[in-house]
Amino acid sequence: MLRMAGMRSLMAGALVMAGVFAGASTALAQVTYVRGNDANPETLDQHKTSTVAEANILRDLYEGLVIYSAKAEVIPGVAESWETSDDGLVWTFKLRDDAKWSNGDPVTAEDFVFSYQRILNPATGAKYANMLYVIKNAEKVNNGELDPSELGVKAVDDKTLEITLENPTPYFLQLLTHQTSYPVHKASVEKFGSDFVKPENMVTNGPYKLVSFVPNDKVVLEKNPEFREADKVAIDRVEFVPFEERATCVRRFEAGEVLSCSDLPAEQLQSLKKRLGDQVHVAPYLGTYYYALNNKKDDLKDPRVRQALSMMVDREFIAEEIWSGAMLAAYTFVPPGIGNYEGGGPKVEWADLDPLDKEDQAIALMKEAGYGPDNPLELEISYSAGENHKNTATAIADMWKPLGVNVTFNVRDGSAHYSHLRDSDDYEVARAGWIGDFSDPVNFLQLWESDNTGFNYSKYENPEYDKLMDQAAAETDLAKREEILRQAEALLVEDAAFISMLYYSSMSLVSPKLKGWEDNIQNAHATRWMSISE
Amino acid sequence: MLGYVLRRLLGAIPTLFLIITLSFFLMRVAPGGPFDRERALEAKVLENLNRVFHLDRPLWEQYLYYLGNLAQGDLGPSFIYRDFSVQQLLGSGLPVSIQLGATALLLALLLGALLGTIAALRQNSWIDYGVTAVATFGITVPNFVVAPLLSLVFGVWLSLLPAGGWGNGGPANMLLPVITLALPQVAVIARLIRGSMIEALRSDHVRTARAYGLPARMVVIVHAMRAACLPVVSYLGPAAAALLTGSVVVETIFGLPGIGRYFVQGALNRDYTLVMGTVIIIAVFVVVFNLIVDLLYAALDPRVRYD
Repeated sequence: MLRMAGMRSLMAGALVMAGVFAGASTALAQVTYVRGNDANPETLDQHKTSTVAEANILRDLYEGLVIYSAKAEVIPGVAESWETSDDGLVWTFKLRDDAKWSNGDPVTAEDFVFSYQRILNPATGAKYANMLYVIKNAEKVNNGELDPSELGVKAVDDKTLEITLENPTPYFLQLLTHQTSYPVHKASVEKFGSDFVKPENMVTNGPYKLVSFVPNDKVVLEKNPEFREADKVAIDRVEFVPFEERATCVRRFEAGEVLSCSDLPAEQLQSLKKRLGDQVHVAPYLGTYYYALNNKKDDLKDPRVRQALSMMVDREFIAEEIWSGAMLAAYTFVPPGIGNYEGGGPKVEWADLDPLDKEDQAIALMKEAGYGPDNPLELEISYSAGENHKNTATAIADMWKPLGVNVTFNVRDGSAHYSHLRDSDDYEVARAGWIGDFSDPVNFLQLWESDNTGFNYSKYENPEYDKLMDQAAAETDLAKREEILRQAEALLVEDAAFISMLYYSSMSLVSPKLKGWEDNIQNAHATRWMSISE
Repeated sequence: MLGYVLRRLLGAIPTLFLIITLSFFLMRVAPGGPFDRERALEAKVLENLNRVFHLDRPLWEQYLYYLGNLAQGDLGPSFIYRDFSVQQLLGSGLPVSIQLGATALLLALLLGALLGTIAALRQNSWIDYGVTAVATFGITVPNFVVAPLLSLVFGVWLSLLPAGGWGNGGPANMLLPVITLALPQVAVIARLIRGSMIEALRSDHVRTARAYGLPARMVVIVHAMRAACLPVVSYLGPAAAALLTGSVVVETIFGLPGIGRYFVQGALNRDYTLVMGTVIIIAVFVVVFNLIVDLLYAALDPRVRYD
C-alpha cells in the first residue's frame, strides 16, 4: 500500500512536470520513444549494475568522462580533453565548465573521486568492481586491504581529475565508457544512501532524468533541461519496456506500440526478415559462444582429442541452420571488429579444409590418442536450458559420432549450470558464452589465464600463455602488443583449449520512424543521437 | 461466528510457519545462488556480495535472521532487484494482479452462471451442446496459446486494442488479459452450474415453488440458483486465490507488472527473499479464501452452521 501512495505522488509529479514542459515548449507535442529493452534493469545504481538492459538506460541518464558516439566511437563526454604521462600510468582529465547535474550543480572532479571510491568499497557490493581494477590500488580497496581513500584517483581542482593506473592500459578510455564509470551525485548519495536511485531522489548528469521505474512495466525518462547539450536532444521522453519474451516485443512493434526491440527470437529471424525487411537489423557483436573442454579430465587431457573434437564441429551448419543466421561461425575466440586487434585473430589451418579431409584428419588424431570405434570415448555435454542450446548440443553429438564419441547430456537451469562450472571440477564439455565488456582482445583472452579460476572453465594451464599475457600487459607499443596477443591466441588454437563455435550478433527491430540508429559492435544506441519523424 | 473466524485464523499460523520453513530450505536446496549468471563474477566481488546479503553465514543463522525480520513485517531486500525491497515489489505488483484477477473472476462468474443456467434450462438442445463445446474448448486450449493469439488478432492485425502493456490499468489494456484469464474459468463455472442446476431444478423445494405458481424466472433465480451455486463456491476458493495472485503466462505475454512473474523470475534467479514473499502471499490468499468459502457456505446452505 505504501508503494501505491508513492506511485501516486510520483505520477502527480510526472503530471506537473509534463505540464511544465507543455507550457515551455509552446504547442509542440511531446516526442516519446517507447523502446524495447532486453529485461528489467536489476538496479539503476551504476555501481551495482552488471547487465546490458541497465547499460541501455544508464547511458541515457548519465554521462561519463568519455562516451560512445552513435557509431560507438569513443568521444569526449564530461571531460573535454585529457593527457597521459609518458609511462602511460597517469591520466589527467580536464572537465567541461558547462557539465551540470539535473539539479543545476556543476559536475566536479570530486564527484568522480567519490564515485570510484564508492564502487570499489567492498560494502557497496558492486558486481562489476573488477572493471576498474586497472586503477592503482583498486583491487586492494575492493578486497578490503586498503581504505577507499588510498585509491589512485584524485581531484587536483574542481575541474581537473587525475587517475593513476597499475599498468599502462591502452583500452582505459574504452573502460571509461562503461556504466560503472559514470559519476554519482555525491550530495544525494550521502543524503539518501542506496535510495538515491529512487525517482524522487535521483540526480543525473546525462541527457535524461528518471521519472519512474516499475519493474516488469517500464522505466520512464524525461529530458534533462540542465544537460549541457539539451538543445540537441530531440526526443523528450523515453519509456524503456522490458521484454523477457522476445516475441511479445515483436508483436508490439508490429502493432506500432514500440519503436525498437533490443533483441529478437532467433528462431523467427528468417520469417521476420521476410515480413519486416530492413527494419530487422543484425549486426556483429562482441561475444563468443563456445564449449569449454575440461583440460583436467582424463579423457580431455590429450590436446589431440580436443583438436579432433573441435575439427568435427560444423560451425557453418550450426550458425545457419540452428541459429537461423543469428550467429556467425567462429574458429577463434576474439570476435572480429574488436578494437586494438585490427589484424584479426590467428589463422586456423584446418578451418578451410574440405569436410571429408577434416574428418579423416580428426579420426587419425583420435586414433593416435587411442580412441576409435572399438574404444569409444564417452563424453558428457553440460548446457543451460534453452531450445537453441539443446539443438546445438544435439547436433554436435551427431557430428562427433564418426570419431566414435558417445555423448550424454546434462541440462540444468542457468543458475545451476554456471554455479556448477564455478564450484565443481566434475564436468567434461560445457556450454558457455562470453560477451565483451569493452572493446579490447584482453577482455576475451584474460579468461584463459591459469590464475583466472572463476572464468577459465576449461581449466586451461599453459605457462607460455600466461607469460605472453603478462608481456602484453606491460607493452605500451600498440602494434607490438597486438602481435603478442595474437601469439597468445594462436596458443589457444594450437592447444585446442576449448571449442570456439559462434560469434554473437546483435539483433534489433528499428522502426523507419526512428532516425539516427547506427548499428555498431557495442550495440550501444544512446537516445540522445536519435530523433523521431512521423 | 466471530469466534469461529478467529479460531480459523489462529489455526492458520502454524500452517503458514510450516510453509515458510519448508520453502526457505527447499529454495536453498536448489543448486546455484542469486549471483550465478551467464556472466560469472570475480571471486572477490562474489565474496563482497555474499557478505552484503548475509549469504556467508550458516544457513540456520540466515533462517533465524529471516524469521526475525519477518516477525517485524520485513520481507527483506530483493537479491536481484537491488533498488527495491520485497515489500515494495509485491506492493506495486499485487494491486495489478488483484485488479486483473478480480475482473476476470467477476466476468467468469457472470458469464459462466448465465451460460450454465441457459444450458440447464434447455437441456440437450443445440444451445446446451454449444455451451458444452465452448466450455470444452475453454478448458483444453491453454492460455499460452490464447494470449498471443488474442494479442496478434486484436493488437496487430485489427489494431483495435493494445497488443500489450499495462498503461496504468486502462480498460483497453486490461481487456485481452482479462479475457485470457477468464476463459477457462467461464468454462469450468458453466459446466458446474449446468450440472448442479439440472439437479436443483428436479429437487423437491423447486417443485414446491413451482406448485405455488411462482413465476418461472423467480423459481430459477431465487430457489434453484441458491442450491446450484454451492459447488461453484467450493471451486472458487482455490480458483480465486490463484487468479488474484497473478498468472506468469498472461503477465509475461502481455507485459504486465503483476506478481505472478515474480514467483517464476524469483525462482529462476534464486532470488530467495522474493520467492519467499510470493509464497507467503499465495499461502495467505489460499487460507483466507478457504475461510471465505466456508462462511459463504453457511450463508447459502441453511443446513450449515458455525457456532
